[in-house]
Amino acid sequence: MGYKAKFRVWRGDAGEGELKDYTVEVNEGEVVLDVIHRLQATEAPDLAVRWNCKAGKCGSCSAEINGRPRLMCMTRMSTFAEDETVTVTPMRTFPVIRDLVTDVSYNYEKAREIPAFDGGDVKPGEFRMQQVDVERSQEFRKCIECFLCNNTCHVIRDHEENKEHFSGPRFLMRVAELEMHPADVQDRRQIAQDDFGLGYCNITKCCTEVCPEHIKITDNALIPMKERVVGRRYDPLVWLGSKIGVVKRGKSTPKA
Amino acid sequence: MTDIERLRYDVVVIGAGGAGLRAAIEARLQGKKTAIISKSLFGKAHTVMAEGGAAAAMGNANPNDNWQVHFRDTMRGGKFLNSWRMAELHAKEAPDRIWELEAWGALFDRTKDGKISQRNFGGHEYPRLAHVGDRTGLELIRTCQQKIVALQQEDHAEFGDYDARLKVFAETTITRLLKDEQGRICGAFGYIRETGKFVVFEAPAVVLATGGIGKSFKVTSNSWEYTGDGHALALLAGASLINMEFVQFHPTGMVWPPSVKGILVTESVRGDGGVLKNSDGKRFMFDYIPDVFKDKYATSEEEADRWYDDPDNNRRPPELLPRDEVARAINSEVKAGRGSPHGGVFLDIASRLKPEQIIKRLPSMHHQFKELADVDITAEPMEVGPTCHYVMGGVEVDPDTAAASVPGLFAAGEVSGGMHGSNRLGGNSLSDLLVFGRRAGLGAAEYASATTVSVPDAEVEAAVAEAMEPYQRDTGENPYAVHQELQQTMNDLVGIIRREDELEQAIEALGKLRDRVGNVAVAPSAGATVTEDRGPAYHPGWHLALDLRNMMIVSECVARAALERQESRGGHTRDDYPKMSADWRKINLVCSLRDGVVELKRQEMSPMREDLLSLFELDELKKYLTEGELPAEEKN
Ligand code: SF4
Ligand code: SF4
Ligand code: FES
Repeated sequence: MGYKAKFRVWRGDAGEGELKDYTVEVNEGEVVLDVIHRLQATEAPDLAVRWNCKAGKCGSCSAEINGRPRLMCMTRMSTFAEDETVTVTPMRTFPVIRDLVTDVSYNYEKAREIPAFDGGDVKPGEFRMQQVDVERSQEFRKCIECFLCNNTCHVIRDHEENKEHFSGPRFLMRVAELEMHPADVQDRRQIAQDDFGLGYCNITKCCTEVCPEHIKITDNALIPMKERVVGRRYDPLVWLGSKIGVVKRGKSTPKA
Repeated sequence: MTDIERLRYDVVVIGAGGAGLRAAIEARLQGKKTAIISKSLFGKAHTVMAEGGAAAAMGNANPNDNWQVHFRDTMRGGKFLNSWRMAELHAKEAPDRIWELEAWGALFDRTKDGKISQRNFGGHEYPRLAHVGDRTGLELIRTCQQKIVALQQEDHAEFGDYDARLKVFAETTITRLLKDEQGRICGAFGYIRETGKFVVFEAPAVVLATGGIGKSFKVTSNSWEYTGDGHALALLAGASLINMEFVQFHPTGMVWPPSVKGILVTESVRGDGGVLKNSDGKRFMFDYIPDVFKDKYATSEEEADRWYDDPDNNRRPPELLPRDEVARAINSEVKAGRGSPHGGVFLDIASRLKPEQIIKRLPSMHHQFKELADVDITAEPMEVGPTCHYVMGGVEVDPDTAAASVPGLFAAGEVSGGMHGSNRLGGNSLSDLLVFGRRAGLGAAEYASATTVSVPDAEVEAAVAEAMEPYQRDTGENPYAVHQELQQTMNDLVGIIRREDELEQAIEALGKLRDRVGNVAVAPSAGATVTEDRGPAYHPGWHLALDLRNMMIVSECVARAALERQESRGGHTRDDYPKMSADWRKINLVCSLRDGVVELKRQEMSPMREDLLSLFELDELKKYLTEGELPAEEKN
């Protein structure tokens, strides 16, 4: 049941480039990444693309397919009509390195600013946590760091100037993950607001929509974080009491 | 050569999977200036694909568990070919390595009393795998990644520079280890993907943590990075590899659609109750329990099913035999014409657990089948078949320090050999990475404290010339085409079941391929329609051409060792020598390189220490060891 599909792939280097047309074979069960690989193996050996697992687990193959932020390895060709032209472009929010590969270093820089997990004085092997209590942060730890959410968020998508003050949904969620971690003793609420730009988020949920792991970023991480930030402003004791058994250090943690 | 950047480090870790990150953390904790070289972006390594869990005898789920039981299981799984010292260290240290991850922020699934939950897995006597749903590898990578960031934050506070003592070089590939006049390691040479520029790391100690070799095979669960880089780099630097004939074919890979063939289906499916059936609907594994395991596995479906709730009074289901046994059984069923429509067998969890339970316990499998194969595993069985998953063979190392035979070279994780013997148990990989990653980092740090080196210019010049060759060649073959042929050859002739004539054929074919590999070209004129030459930056064709050298060398090692070993054991099955031989058990096959040609040598293994030997019943030892190796009779 193979057929020839029409592909338009963005080819170019930093800043300059164009969409190139290809006609390429597609076989049953294939995904967009298979087709990109076929292009590499046949007519475009220097076509740059990032990928690793081809199973939706590493978050390397993010791109925009017909304008939608997606993982190339999890986008089946059967979702397109055979005569439909499939357009593949690099993520828009990050600078292009070459072809479909972008410079995602913004994300790694933001990750470094968030103060790491701090388990206090508990010794390795002595942590005791209940399943219900770890599940909230576990949801966020499913993140494969594809950065599609950060690519999509309108706060930075077309606003380079906001990047400095906004960590994007991925890393605001990381703050939430640590805040909800039952064994963490730091308090990152103030820096979430002041340094990581939680206030920029106006809960449009676009990040949640594109997350290939179906993490409820907005509902489960960002909105609760906003509530906690407000809580801190009014009454830090309420917050302290809400983490039974864990003694939070009383003061706000500075950014790392 | 003046335009090539030279960077000085105490320890350079090649590979950013579990073993590499753990090694780097340790070297940095020892105060060493450490570089991590990652072939992909930071946090994307193949370890993220590990699903089931990390085996560690913490005894949280069954208090009878301890390191001795884990040690025994590991030796049995490896059919006693394991380096017993590595298996001992591994079993003893794994719990500490898991608890340490928790102190770094990992969130494992919990038991009722709030400890780390542990799950059943093939070959493990008790529930032993610490896990997070079916994405444990991701948790391990992310935790190590975040620990590295935490260390960088400390350095930032102290020196104002995150990278002061621990730096990650993302998308950087090493193509040569460098040696000085005394024959010691003095650094590593490679290219930076993004720019295509070369880089020289000057360092007394190098840790190899590059993972496996799966990309030499057509059907594999491994990612593109798994091209045997560390194996080949070690050989080229004069170190030796052991046990290369032992390649693990995971019994359950996806078989359909073709584009995802080989992608892993976690063993947890069976650990959580999933069963294998043939086209007659029969649970065929009961027909494949080998003699050495006869008294440990259930002989009826009723007993097998009771085991999940009452493991103390029932024997285990045969679906949970070690991986080599299950893979061979599936292979036989398919050959006998009892396979599924797409050439596998059925793996059924739908009729064994409620849909909610399946989604809770196996979320990524549910997702993977739905998205990639249009199969709802809560309602219908999966189709699965063997896939090349892991290489037991690797760099010959000192068990305690992870040092290879070349001074300054260390290896940990899949690229090292010995720990798993002829077959690795599921769950022993993630714990292996942590235990020996840490030991390699420590070994390298200690060695580096006492050594200073500098890189001779000639070494760099030779490395540059080699790397530029395929790029500068005007005409030559397409590397993708040569790669496909190599994969087909290995799959067809050095696959799960091997025969003398086929192995000979393979060696001949590989000889021819070697010449072709030496002749690939990536210049635009070589068959491509892209007209302009855009330089070596992010050029996948060129990268593949360089990886091909490694895959080629490693494939030759596997084929030659497989031809030499005239017995069947673990991940090496010979149709013409179907039995396990106690005489062969004592032998490691050692590969080295002389003038570019793979050489093979037989090497006697060191006898197991008395106290470890005494952990086994004499009757069991008799199944594996020769008369002369058995302990004195008084033990009876
Ligand atoms: S919900 Fe917030 S973070 Fe997510 S896309 Fe909208 S503004 Fe951005
Ligand atoms: S939260 Fe989802 S979309 Fe964002 S980086 Fe993680 S996996 Fe990707
Ligand atoms: S290649 Fe790993 S997510 Fe697509």
